[in-house]
Amino acid sequence: MDIFIQQLINGLVLGSIYALVALGYTMVYGILELINFAHGEVTMMGAMVALAVIGALMGVAPDLPGVVVVLGGVLIAVPVCMLLGFGIERLAYRPLRNAPRLAPLITAIGLSIVLQNVAMLIWGRQYIAFPPLLPKGQFEILGAHISVLQLFIVALSVTVMLGLWFTVQKTRLGRAMRATAQSREVAALMGVNVNSVIAATFIIGSALAALAGVMVSAYYGLAHYYMGFLLGLKAFSAAVLGGIGNIAGAMLGGLLLGVIEALGAGYIGDLSGGFLGSHYQDVFAFFILSLVLVFRPSGLLGERVASRA
Amino acid sequence: MSLLQVEGLHIHYGGIQAVRGIDLKIDEGELVCLIGANGAGKSSALKGIVGLLPHGGQVHYAGASLKGRPTHAIAAAGLALVPEGRGIFARLTVAENLAMGAYLRRDADAVRADYERIYQTFPRLAERRGQLAGLLSGGEQQMLAIGRALMGRPRLLLLDEPSMGLAPLMVRNIYETIQAVAREGMTILLVEQNAHLALQVSSRGYVMESGAITLAGPSAELAADPQVRAAYLGE
Ligand SMILES: Nc1ncnc2c1ncn2[C@@H]1O[C@H](COP(=O)(O)OP(=O)(O)OP(=O)(O)O)[C@@H](O)[C@H]1O
Ligand SMILES: [Mg+2]
Repeated sequence: MDIFIQQLINGLVLGSIYALVALGYTMVYGILELINFAHGEVTMMGAMVALAVIGALMGVAPDLPGVVVVLGGVLIAVPVCMLLGFGIERLAYRPLRNAPRLAPLITAIGLSIVLQNVAMLIWGRQYIAFPPLLPKGQFEILGAHISVLQLFIVALSVTVMLGLWFTVQKTRLGRAMRATAQSREVAALMGVNVNSVIAATFIIGSALAALAGVMVSAYYGLAHYYMGFLLGLKAFSAAVLGGIGNIAGAMLGGLLLGVIEALGAGYIGDLSGGFLGSHYQDVFAFFILSLVLVFRPSGLLGERVASRA
Repeated sequence: MSLLQVEGLHIHYGGIQAVRGIDLKIDEGELVCLIGANGAGKSSALKGIVGLLPHGGQVHYAGASLKGRPTHAIAAAGLALVPEGRGIFARLTVAENLAMGAYLRRDADAVRADYERIYQTFPRLAERRGQLAGLLSGGEQQMLAIGRALMGRPRLLLLDEPSMGLAPLMVRNIYETIQAVAREGMTILLVEQNAHLALQVSSRGYVMESGAITLAGPSAELAADPQVRAAYLGE
């Protein structure tokens, strides 16, 4: 029983990170019907920039409290990634806005390779350790452990997601984003500067990605120029699982994927009679994902294609 | 100078010429109609005017050229198009659709008053303000599309086939509203396939055929024209 609770907690922590990244995929897809394959790399850049800043801060001001140092890293990484997201849309996607759909897809893949290589040139091929700056304590609930960091990751993710939900549902910008997602032409007729709204979507998604990048590297204790690939793939899958284009779906899909993966890691050994080890968790997660999509091709909260106005 | 002045407007889709150099003008306070059969190029002409399609020729609005201006800037200048098929935001509520109409407005108090006016004009919308617009009937959607355009307090209203696909009673309802809006001084360009109706409510009209304007004049004269009667009034 406590292994179940423990894996559930681990899954929710991981899942809330997936959800943050998945939101970036789903928001862009919702507006442009474009899969921004470079989004995983934005997450990686968030982690890398934060670590670089953290390293520098520790060098210049070794007496600063750990939390402040990490906060400094976040405060630089987030705007850097926002700028990166803005640049990606402006330079790689906007010129191809009316091109055949394959063109931006190819650019997206190319761009993500470029970003990986840029990161590799700057930070090298080796794993970069996340310094042990954050408080270490842990709590016990129902026989399982939850660390301060885990608690913090979940709390921050949930807060950010609530903030995003409010923005999209209740603000003028959010309304314009939803309108633009339904019809760019009609939104423009209402006076919406569609290009600005699309740019805002990339900027917001990239800010979430940066946060997720820092959290995931803090959680695993390391970062790497290639980390965006698998994380991006999983987050994208989470978005598809929830119903791509659907914001609540991305949140749900992220959390579910995290939980499925964690439970898979916990139980796959038993399930397979010891044949498969816990490192098969990804296979297990993608297996579940495929299964869901066979029965619900538009994802859990996605609308059936016909009802799309 | 007219409020809207279009000269030699050309629009093509790839190799297909949809609009072949049309001229039209509308003065402040007029209700002018543009009639023509399926595929005549009416919708294309409207889309050209509001900058949704690239075009050749001149479009002047309130004395300034609209050429090369993006659609959102043209909307900001006071031109509102109620597009063919209504173009409502199906997954936004009725109230949110109206709010989109007022997207550029900063006068919150006046906007609130305008909501109430729209809801008074269209009580059906008031009852359904919290509902998703996609669930409205076709006629209600048309009301919403017109109401939404009015929320922007436009100076020139372009209506693309507001009667399309509606039951006769609903068509009458919509047309009464259009006339009421016109009486309050709104300048309107009404595009219709339903020539009978359009000529009844407008003071002047243009007849469009295969991308060109073939006839123009006071609506009463057009309605009496034997050619128009034969081609568009089913006589
Ligand atoms: N997106 C498009 N691509 C290619 N051709 C188009 C496109 N839209 C319209 N056309 C063509 O341009 C011509 C004019 O079409 P348009 O929609 O402007 O006519 P219309 O007068 O509005 O017709 P209706 O009364 O049926 O709405 C038609 O021949 C049509 O087939
Ligand atoms: Mg048309």
